[in-house]
Amino acid sequence: MGRNVLVTGVSRGLAAQHARVLALHPDVTKVVGVDVVPPRQGIDGVKFIRADIRSPVVGKVLAVEDVDTVVHLAVAPSSTAGSRTSTKESNVVGSMQLLAACQHSATVRKLVLKSSTSVYGASPRDPAMFSEGMGPTRSPRSGFAKDCVEVEGYVRGFARRRPDVHVTNLRLANVLSPVWDTPMSSYLRLPVLPTVLGFDPRLQVVHPEDVLESLLRAVVHDVPGTFNVAGPGVLVLSQVLRRLGRLAVPVPAFTLSRGGSTILAALRANVPGDLVQLLMHGRGVDITALTEVFGHRPRHTSAATVDAFLLGLPPGSVADSRVRAAQARLTEDRSHREKVDSHG
Amino acid sequence: MGDAEIIPLGVRGEPGRGSRRSTPSAAARSLAPPVSSHQQGPVRAGATPQAADAEQPGTSDASATPRGIPMEDLLHALAAAAGQFFGEEWEAKAAELMAFARRRLAGSYEVDDFGFDAELTSRFLMSALRPIAQSWFRVDVRGIENIPDQGGALVVSNHSGTIPVDGLMTMLAVHDHAGRHLRPLGADLIFALPVLSELARRSGATLGCSQDAERLLAGGELVGVWPEGFKGIGKAYSERYKLQRFGRGGFVAAAMRTGVPIVPCSIVGAEEIYPLIGNIPSLARLLGVPYIPITPFFPLLGPLGLIPLPSKWLIEFGEPIRTDAYGAGAADDPMLVFNVTDQVRETIQQALYELLERRGRAFF
Repeated sequence: MGRNVLVTGVSRGLAAQHARVLALHPDVTKVVGVDVVPPRQGIDGVKFIRADIRSPVVGKVLAVEDVDTVVHLAVAPSSTAGSRTSTKESNVVGSMQLLAACQHSATVRKLVLKSSTSVYGASPRDPAMFSEGMGPTRSPRSGFAKDCVEVEGYVRGFARRRPDVHVTNLRLANVLSPVWDTPMSSYLRLPVLPTVLGFDPRLQVVHPEDVLESLLRAVVHDVPGTFNVAGPGVLVLSQVLRRLGRLAVPVPAFTLSRGGSTILAALRANVPGDLVQLLMHGRGVDITALTEVFGHRPRHTSAATVDAFLLGLPPGSVADSRVRAAQARLTEDRSHREKVDSHG
Repeated sequence: MGDAEIIPLGVRGEPGRGSRRSTPSAAARSLAPPVSSHQQGPVRAGATPQAADAEQPGTSDASATPRGIPMEDLLHALAAAAGQFFGEEWEAKAAELMAFARRRLAGSYEVDDFGFDAELTSRFLMSALRPIAQSWFRVDVRGIENIPDQGGALVVSNHSGTIPVDGLMTMLAVHDHAGRHLRPLGADLIFALPVLSELARRSGATLGCSQDAERLLAGGELVGVWPEGFKGIGKAYSERYKLQRFGRGGFVAAAMRTGVPIVPCSIVGAEEIYPLIGNIPSLARLLGVPYIPITPFFPLLGPLGLIPLPSKWLIEFGEPIRTDAYGAGAADDPMLVFNVTDQVRETIQQALYELLERRGRAFF
């Protein structure tokens, strides 16, 4: 049986790419994408419907297109409109509206949610690795992380009311992509990176290919449940920066807080609020369930993901290549001078 | 007295030494007749021929090239210093160190899931602690054969000394004598503090919670716990070597769930390093720390008071207590957990009394 899939937030990088992958898959009959803005590039084989998921129009789309699988990728750290209020509105109210529509739909059999490992928060009291059953030590109180917690709550409620629908919740670690706009990617793209003085957090990142593969697996196979999606292994931030050849500027923690961040923002070195706690305490997640229950073995470790990310970046100010080039220039210079000396 | 000419070597007839005057003193003037530099040279060389020979290349070069010490000499000196520092195979060792530095700078090293950096710990932290353990505390390690060569085990130890130096010393003892890394479980305060949190994770510590303990033990690691916590480390000097309550027995439950042996560890000596005679509870509350210690030398002598007293240390690892014989639900039986906790506590307390007798005087 072919599937009719609805992808929300389809104009964004990850969702657009996922829709492309779905359209090529033999088990998928039809892919419908909805978003408030049209995608920048056309997506072959995907029917785009310009609709706001915050409006009841979504219900009609579900019915008209005979959708059986909903892939909810619209929960994002920043909305196209920009402001935090509208982002929250779109994330939380949009999800509520979509879930309400799904609950009334007679055709929907599966819901795939993209959430984030930021639901675990980041605090000094955290265990080293979070597995899916654990809750946050300190609940995230703002930003994208809080949106994710709320959306997950609504999805749990939906799953309770519609036990016949398979619900797969994928908690993605920070996605590192040279193309997609994710908070971690844009942070690591800064020419000089503010880090928190005296803290070297553990970070776990995930490669875009592994994200796409797990999303596809969740659509094509029936694997209900909640799964952490991350690359195996962790890196510490200083190590990531060394690998990327970026300069770090350690600043005291308070300058990154709400008041102090305005100074940094003025210097165009803004750190997204969600990231500050992560940059202090770090986070690791257990991916045993992903490999053993969900059935996806990540192909890229966190370290390999960072290295792959590096290839898509212009070299940093203290990148290995630049250091070697400078070294070569210096030695060349000196040998040249020595030659002149010996001739003279 | 023509052949017994007195030449003041130190001042060379220049202004008097020690008087800080620009003109030579009367005594110096009478001692040093106006000799020419030509005359002075040979006499000095004759007086100390070896010293002069040794000085010759350096001093003559320095006078010929006023730029400073020549490069070659500097390199020779460096090579000699490296030989002194690293021993015979200094070249290989220096190359290894350079490779290490390069690896560090490129970020191509590995940390485990807990942020543990084995290479850095072995190379730097342990090397830094070793002289303190050997020369300052004269740590005597006993019963190291009780630490299994491989597989998970839980080392349970008494805690004392105001600052957790005993944890570091146990880590070193295990590293040097058993050839394994001890993974300490720490309080959440450590992980909230800048610098300290980074160091703790790098050296293999993680938060003292059951999830981390079980994850480490299940992974076959050697885990260290100090169940007395702040109650033990921050107790008054008069209470020394009296074990406090052993937490809530969470460590026993973790060992039972993973079926690993418990190795009781008794440390004598840590109590005397910073004898705690007082506390400032109000300031401690204000700063959010468990206590502000007052020792005979701190804060009286300021930073000097931070130097630990050189007490004699004994670290003894006792016979392992097996937990794999208990049934599957043992960890969920509070009575059993309490009993085993008491058993471990009693073992350590008995060992402490024996070690104290054996040690005799605390300092020298």
